[in-house]
Amino acid sequence: MLQDRDRIFQNLYGYGDWGLEGAKKRGAWDNTKGLLEKGREWIINEMKASGLRGRGGAGFPTGLKWSFMPKPDAARPSYLVVNADESEPGTCKDREILRNDPHLLVEGCLVAGFAMGASAAYIYVRGEFIWERERLQAAVDQAYEANLIGKDNIHDYPFEVIVHHGAGAYICGEETALLESLEGKKGMPRLKPPFPANMGLYGCPTTVNNVESIAVAPTILRRGAAWFAGFGAKNNAGTKLFSISGHVNKPCNVEEAMSIPFRELIEKHAGGVRGGWDNLLAVIPGGSSVRCVPAEQIIDCPMDFDSLGKLQSGLGTAAVIVMDKSTDIIRAIARLSHFYKHESCGQCTPCREGTGWMYRVMERMVEGRAQKKEIDMLFDVSKQIEGHTICALGDAAAWPVQGLINHFRPVIEARIDSYTARSDKDAVKVAAE
Amino acid sequence: MSTRRLAENQPESFEFTPENRAWLDAQIAKYPPGRQQSAVIPALWKAQKQHDYWLPRAAIEKVADILGMPYIRVLEVATFYTMFNLEPVGKYYVQLCGTTPCLLRGADEIIRVCHERIGPQRQVTADGLFSWAEVECLGACCNAPMVQINDDYYEDLDAASFSKLLDDLAAGRPTHIGPQNGRLRSEPFGGLTSLTEFYGADGKSGPLSDMTAAHQPACPEK
Repeated sequence: MLQDRDRIFQNLYGYGDWGLEGAKKRGAWDNTKGLLEKGREWIINEMKASGLRGRGGAGFPTGLKWSFMPKPDAARPSYLVVNADESEPGTCKDREILRNDPHLLVEGCLVAGFAMGASAAYIYVRGEFIWERERLQAAVDQAYEANLIGKDNIHDYPFEVIVHHGAGAYICGEETALLESLEGKKGMPRLKPPFPANMGLYGCPTTVNNVESIAVAPTILRRGAAWFAGFGAKNNAGTKLFSISGHVNKPCNVEEAMSIPFRELIEKHAGGVRGGWDNLLAVIPGGSSVRCVPAEQIIDCPMDFDSLGKLQSGLGTAAVIVMDKSTDIIRAIARLSHFYKHESCGQCTPCREGTGWMYRVMERMVEGRAQKKEIDMLFDVSKQIEGHTICALGDAAAWPVQGLINHFRPVIEARIDSYTARSDKDAVKVAAE
Repeated sequence: MSTRRLAENQPESFEFTPENRAWLDAQIAKYPPGRQQSAVIPALWKAQKQHDYWLPRAAIEKVADILGMPYIRVLEVATFYTMFNLEPVGKYYVQLCGTTPCLLRGADEIIRVCHERIGPQRQVTADGLFSWAEVECLGACCNAPMVQINDDYYEDLDAASFSKLLDDLAAGRPTHIGPQNGRLRSEPFGGLTSLTEFYGADGKSGPLSDMTAAHQPACPEK
């Protein structure tokens, strides 16, 4: 079991002081200058050695990402952009960092910004998090006041931290859409290449990182890469915030070691599955964008990138959505299809048209007002959306539907049968709208 | 995608209050010279808050004039981002999360109460007090089901606590922002399972516990 002293987010639940004094008491801002004095190379190498993989969902090695930034150039500043546009259904971990432990993020911005030679960090907070944004701004103001950041700060590295916000668009969590939004435009993803490390914010080199990836960095550097790498299975290092929601007795956020088995995670922190383990139907283990996993496959699965990947699912943001046997699984996934239809930016045709098409078919499948051959057609269409769009929203919309069909086809068929057996039904003759 | 259009009845003009204008100038200064367009979302948000929580055409054009942007570019932003209300909303605008994590924990019940107490979606009640809309995930999934009313999150709801909340708002009584079932944030209900070394099982009795800070409002002006 992970010891409390090995948890990075020691004010996760907000029972302590969120401010500078409280953060310092918990170890933040402790000899940050000493870390910077060890140099860029050292920081990036430590981050690589720690095995930290990006906490925003894709799991790209953070240290490697930082190393892609070009050498600082006076004519062309570099930027760090922190993605706090937390909108993936099931995910509510960054919110707790922003409002309960904001100084970890501010310090992380300075350290990461220094390592990549950035002159400023822009933190893009989702628009709905109004209180969280105010709290973060208050922490940034404290840091400026204590001269920890700013022009002539005590760390001898001029660095600005700017809090920015969105206005309700899931797509702005995609890094290039976020940059567009930050530039004052509609959040429509850009084609890559050029990658943000070459052409990012305002055409300058930019690295976009998740809140959690940045916030854990100072602690990793202080305690050493080996300490962090000591948790979790090989290639899945570290501790991780899990957001446990849905049909558990006590939904909660919690920091645990990576690769903790699903059963242990739920038993220890979430009070078990509602109605007991025999009542578990399925789990979406990494936020709405990953495929659901049926009970028998996930119960003893380690919660990490590689193990969940082997189940054709993923760790994503570690947002664990638990569904018991009372769940109408078709409706649960259809609601996600509605989400993606609503949040598609409309730029690429397969996604714009495909998300709406999938939602309309899914809605009929909830009722059973469909033909069985449409299940294959739906699967086929989802495959035509996947991989054929500029950003990953198309993939994210396709995967939940594919997971449903892969694992719960008999449920869909039974629903169709029971609808067909009804005497008051409208006959379904059209294959698809 | 969602179809969003400007309201039919529009006010003649819009002007930022001097305080809000000064605030906006400070926002613009956060971005590099010539990049004032970056402030468009904060500017529209401030305009909306000043204008009873909805954005008229005149405000969109005013923001465009201040930031030196073509009107169409600001209109694009106003219609793209769903937090901008393009039509009048109630004094208490209830945004109800209906996405799967909230759905699993009983968002249907909250929707039923909205229908009974407020009426159809996106229609303001006759007294002007309430309107509601089902929105997508608001990022408080461990505290589902939940709603956002204007700026504030109300979490861990059920039909009874949500009805009471609407009663309190209608009567002008103070409300408790956050979880409605006694939780502080998103810790497990009934006692901590981690960080007990620092805060005790109840959160309040450990060496790092600071209940004054814990209950501090995040928005000092509220």
